[in-house]
Amino acid sequence: MSASEHTATSATRLSEAGLGIERHWQELASRRRLYTMGGVLFMVVAMGGSLWFANETNAGKFWDRLPHFFDFISMLVPRDGWEVWRALFDLPSPYDDGSLKFNYPEGRIYLTEGFYVPEYFYKMVETLNIALVATLMGFGAGFVLCFLAARNLVANRWLRFFVRRFMEVLRAFPEIVIAGFFLAIFSLGAIPAIIAVSIHTIGALGKMYFEVVENADMRPEEGLRAAGANWTERVWFAIVPQVMPNFISYLLLRFEINVRASTIIGAVGGGGIGEVLRLSISRGHEAKTLAIVLLLFLTIVAVDQLSAYLRKKLVGDQAFAFGGKV
Amino acid sequence: MSLLSVAEVNDIASRHPHVFASSGRRRLMNWGLALGTVGYLIFAWWFFSVGSVVANGRWDIAGTYLADWVSYEVRPRIEYEDGYLDIAFSRGDPLGENANPDWLVRERAVVESRVDAPQTASGNGGGTSSSSGSFLGTVGGEPAPTGTDTSAAAADEARTVLREETVRAVATISTSNTIEVEPGLVTVTRGSETLIADIVRDQSVTARGPLPAWARQRNPGDKIVVSFGFAGRADIEDDEVKISHRFWGWENFLFDTYSPFWGKSAGEVWTLVTSGERIDPDRSNLALAWNNVLYNADWQHLDVWTKLLQTIVMAFVGTVLASLIAFPLSFFAARNITQNRLVNQFLKRFFDFQRSVDMLIWALFFTRAFGPGPLAGMSAIFFTDTGTLGKLYSEALENIDDKQREGVKSVGAAPTSVQRYGVLPQVLPVFLSQSLYFWESNTRSATIIGAVGAGGIGLKLWEAMRTNSDWENVAYMVLLILAVVFVFDNISNALRKRLTGGTLA
Repeated sequence: MSASEHTATSATRLSEAGLGIERHWQELASRRRLYTMGGVLFMVVAMGGSLWFANETNAGKFWDRLPHFFDFISMLVPRDGWEVWRALFDLPSPYDDGSLKFNYPEGRIYLTEGFYVPEYFYKMVETLNIALVATLMGFGAGFVLCFLAARNLVANRWLRFFVRRFMEVLRAFPEIVIAGFFLAIFSLGAIPAIIAVSIHTIGALGKMYFEVVENADMRPEEGLRAAGANWTERVWFAIVPQVMPNFISYLLLRFEINVRASTIIGAVGGGGIGEVLRLSISRGHEAKTLAIVLLLFLTIVAVDQLSAYLRKKLVGDQAFAFGGKV
Repeated sequence: MSLLSVAEVNDIASRHPHVFASSGRRRLMNWGLALGTVGYLIFAWWFFSVGSVVANGRWDIAGTYLADWVSYEVRPRIEYEDGYLDIAFSRGDPLGENANPDWLVRERAVVESRVDAPQTASGNGGGTSSSSGSFLGTVGGEPAPTGTDTSAAAADEARTVLREETVRAVATISTSNTIEVEPGLVTVTRGSETLIADIVRDQSVTARGPLPAWARQRNPGDKIVVSFGFAGRADIEDDEVKISHRFWGWENFLFDTYSPFWGKSAGEVWTLVTSGERIDPDRSNLALAWNNVLYNADWQHLDVWTKLLQTIVMAFVGTVLASLIAFPLSFFAARNITQNRLVNQFLKRFFDFQRSVDMLIWALFFTRAFGPGPLAGMSAIFFTDTGTLGKLYSEALENIDDKQREGVKSVGAAPTSVQRYGVLPQVLPVFLSQSLYFWESNTRSATIIGAVGAGGIGLKLWEAMRTNSDWENVAYMVLLILAVVFVFDNISNALRKRLTGGTLA
């Protein structure tokens, strides 16, 4: 604003050509203002409409439910400082009234006669394993597919096109549908979750990987080609050593995302910590809910930190460039 | 290429041991990693007991479920009555409960059938003889099928009546595959092979001769299951034959069987809508047709579209609100803009907290608080993404070029003007681009958090899958979701490309 006012006041001294430029600038500025206003107006209308629609189709209305929200929060406040820890480590509770709500030792998983793993730790390990297996499976398949999708390695356009579209479909296909389908076949359990997360991971990693491969230095490949190496040898000895640090870095990033994803899939029937969290919230077991949230929070922070540390070691700051989450 | 002799290689290796040592260690480490991975996968196989789960999986129905995505089954039941057959369709059958498809030929004849109660001539219209008999009377609009010879029965005063009933039914599954059902006898032909089964009603099913490869029977006398591959199957039981005939496509996609437009060709519907007489005197045929489409009982178009819009709205509102809140907060979180370590650190840890308490947890919390619906979903997205966007925004702010800010400051601008003219022009495209990116990604994740009750199409999808019979509806919703994701991906990509001058793919 201040800039335009400034030129406006000194406009009297401008020459004919200068005035032309000034007029043109004013025109541009006013058009830009118009676009901005239009954009803002559009956003306001879209947001208003969206909020109205969301409120209208929600089971409870926002203003009616808001007090209950605070009720729910206040219900979560533990009775004493130890309640959450007892729930987390499956220790007996003084409030035990025979119901599931305070019967923490019931969930213990005994490895030997006297040594047990608290239920939620076991479930958390299960979720972490789901994520890890799914990441490794996705890595295996994505690793193979990405070379077939890279422009610098595959001359056949149709093969490339086909592989890329295939990975796109794997990526965009809702995970929950894959999980639901395999839940119908296998009944409850972790395997549907593994399959669903793996399939998504193949697509996501494959896309990132072929982009890395396309940016690889082609001189080693040329050298091998000159020495008469076949396609597999060229890929394995010329491309793979270059791209491996990036591949592993993306693998770790994906692992972070998959821990979250497998928690969510767990909540819809895939087992693991997600399922117990959903049950505990819906049954109103406050202390258990807090214990699970705490455990999940700490695990996610730990996984993020570990992965960030390893990625930094592997590829330096480049690993934190924008666009990681897909 | 000059060749090195073994002695030369050894010589070089002994002169530069560190080069070879590190490569050897690295190779060992690679092997270790590979072995570790394989070992871990074996552990995981045991941990999740993959073997037994896969072995116990119901693989036979997997094919059926997959086929349900793109096809549908018509399932007539041919029940053996006393000397005749009764063909029935279930309520939810794609052809309606009174179907009379032309691939199922019925041969009718006058039969003598016993009734339990004494009959009067007037009561013999089928109403009291058996409920299924009267039901059959309305099938497919056949002319006067029951009660043809009441006078004979009345005169006879015996407990038998003469009626016209179906005595033989032939279902043609495909050109060379047929099932012929007669009371006491079922003949199945598949290609050149024929299976003849004798049925003693309510007692046993016995095949004449050995069973062909496409038929199965658990124990002698039990039901025989005949498979025709994709085209269908038949369960020959001791009281009925259940036929499933599969057709490609989505059945009754526009009009369900209760609609007056059902079963009409596109041309017929068009004439009805444009120039036909009003079916419902209260409204035009077009309005009626549209209403029938929206409230189609099988596909629930209106509900699906509403839920899809909810998902879109959840992602949109969640991302916009998160951007609006994260925008001012990020200025306080960036250490080069707000030089107060305490505020910086507090806000950054707050962002981390919001991000690390997963979207799922927020979704479950808000579902509990607001009740199921898009409010919960958008709140969950809003909370998670305030953290994510706040972090990204503040990182972008910390990486700005300080010269522009200094320049604006040096001419004596107020603090807000410094931000507006010295900082904002640099970061706004990045901010918008990041928000767009998360809008796109949230459209995808909104589907899945919907399934835990946070509204939108996720829950609808989940319900459709839970019934295990509506896979075609699942396919429909998946197509809609893929289309929406595709469109939004492209919009977001195009906008981002313009914002960042084509540097972002």
